[in-house]
Amino acid sequence: MLSLFVSVVRRDLLLAWRRRSDVLTALGFFLLVTSLFPLGVGPEPEQLSHIAAGVMWVAALLATLLSVSRLFESDEADGTLEQMLLSVEPLPVIVLGKVCAYWLLTGLPLVVIAPLIGLQFNLSADETLIVCATLLVGTPSLSLLGAVGASLTLGLRGGGALIALLVLPLYVPVLIFGAGALDAWRAGLGIQSHLALLSAVLLVALAVCPLASATALRIAQD
Amino acid sequence: MNWESASHFWAMGGYGFFVWGSYAVTAVLIAAELALVARRMRAARAGAARDVALERIDADRRGRA
Amino acid sequence: MSDSPLTATRAPSSGFSLFHYASPQTFFPLAGKLLWPTWIIAIVLTIAGLYTGFFIAPTDATQGDSYRIIFIHVPAAWMSMVVYLVMAFWCAVGLIFNTRLSFMMSSALAPTGALWAFIALWTGALWGKPTWGTYWVWDARLTSELILFFLYCGYMALQAAIDDPRRADRAGALIAIVGAINVPIIYFSVKWWNTLHQGASVSLTQSPSMASTMLTGMLLMALAAWAYTIGVALVRVRAIMIERERHTDWVRQLGNAAQAGDIKA
Repeated sequence: MLSLFVSVVRRDLLLAWRRRSDVLTALGFFLLVTSLFPLGVGPEPEQLSHIAAGVMWVAALLATLLSVSRLFESDEADGTLEQMLLSVEPLPVIVLGKVCAYWLLTGLPLVVIAPLIGLQFNLSADETLIVCATLLVGTPSLSLLGAVGASLTLGLRGGGALIALLVLPLYVPVLIFGAGALDAWRAGLGIQSHLALLSAVLLVALAVCPLASATALRIAQD
Repeated sequence: MNWESASHFWAMGGYGFFVWGSYAVTAVLIAAELALVARRMRAARAGAARDVALERIDADRRGRA
Repeated sequence: MSDSPLTATRAPSSGFSLFHYASPQTFFPLAGKLLWPTWIIAIVLTIAGLYTGFFIAPTDATQGDSYRIIFIHVPAAWMSMVVYLVMAFWCAVGLIFNTRLSFMMSSALAPTGALWAFIALWTGALWGKPTWGTYWVWDARLTSELILFFLYCGYMALQAAIDDPRRADRAGALIAIVGAINVPIIYFSVKWWNTLHQGASVSLTQSPSMASTMLTGMLLMALAAWAYTIGVALVRVRAIMIERERHTDWVRQLGNAAQAGDIKA
């Protein structure tokens, strides 16, 4: 099972490496959206550092949403998905592998680039570290929940708007705990509880989402 | 009895807009839902009846041919 | 309709069975028979509830008469949550036992649930203005009600986007169940967020000693909302049955009856 997981991850990473521009789209989107906020709300450093965590989190949410709808698309187009559904290997593990590769390609880069945006938003080193830590724990949940939406809307007309309507309400707890950590730290409350809750959400998502997504794929390809 | 007169009742102690705004919108929405559901039911029944009628015409034609 | 040869072979003669009513052609006439009693109960309870609420329940000492919105706000909020849970329950039953009627029930309930969520939001806003001085606060309850409304919209939009009813049923069921798992998580996360941001620490149950007549009126209205929801869902599920099962024998018999001018069925 582990070897299956690893081989799916490697396959998807290799495919993505051959089409590098796709990966950069979500990252570019993230950078662009966060850079638009100072233009919209004004450049006062105080205000910017106040909204920084929220802006970065919402942008991360939207960047995930933007790219996750294509998670199964190419596999469906070239018939790989059908092979996966027919294979004797457990489908949830294959889905988990795909989500893992997807997160490595779109979630992890956001975490890596976050300090740069922290600079733009006048965050101190500690504050930047906190935002990065919450993004690191939170974005996998976003990818997992997004995979459920992607498999439900696979091949439907109006898929993009639909996946937003389906998945965004489910992102609310992750957004609240993720963006709230910085506020809690500033209020002197510490961030352990936020990180613990984010990890709890991640564990639940890890348990439920691959199964739900695999079920949805079977429904879609029935 | 709570109200001295009808105008007192409609005024709702100065909160008439909020109270009647709530009740009116609820009433309108429920009436709209009932109308939509009734229409859907009528359309479904009419569709079923049309299917049967078309089938009969079809059968008649085949019988004649 | 219930003694048609088709149902007679399906249901064994050995007494009452719950699964007997699990197929559309046996449930359809049953739902029809339940309709009028349900409507009458709904109307009677609404009249009783409104009378209690407006003419018996006294004016609130702190809120004046604005509190009378409670008689629709609280039942609507309750119904919106209960309907979602019932919907998710039918979806789970449908996925486990593979019964098409369960899926029809849940899609018949969704619009009414969304309606209740919207009414709860609307009346909450109109109640908030006189009590808190603003139409909207990011209170935990209001916020989770809003998200519940979006969950209903997502369920309905997904079903509407899929043409194949079998796939629509199952995909909708999946998102309804995932949503139901999420509802409590969303509620507690919003509540937690709310206490962190001290700003709006308001509670809807402000009067600790609610007059018993107020409570009576509220409960009567809540029961009326139950009856209304059941009634409207029964009509909708009957319509869905005809739409979906158009090419089966029992719907054809129905069409025959309608053709003959006997639309009672």
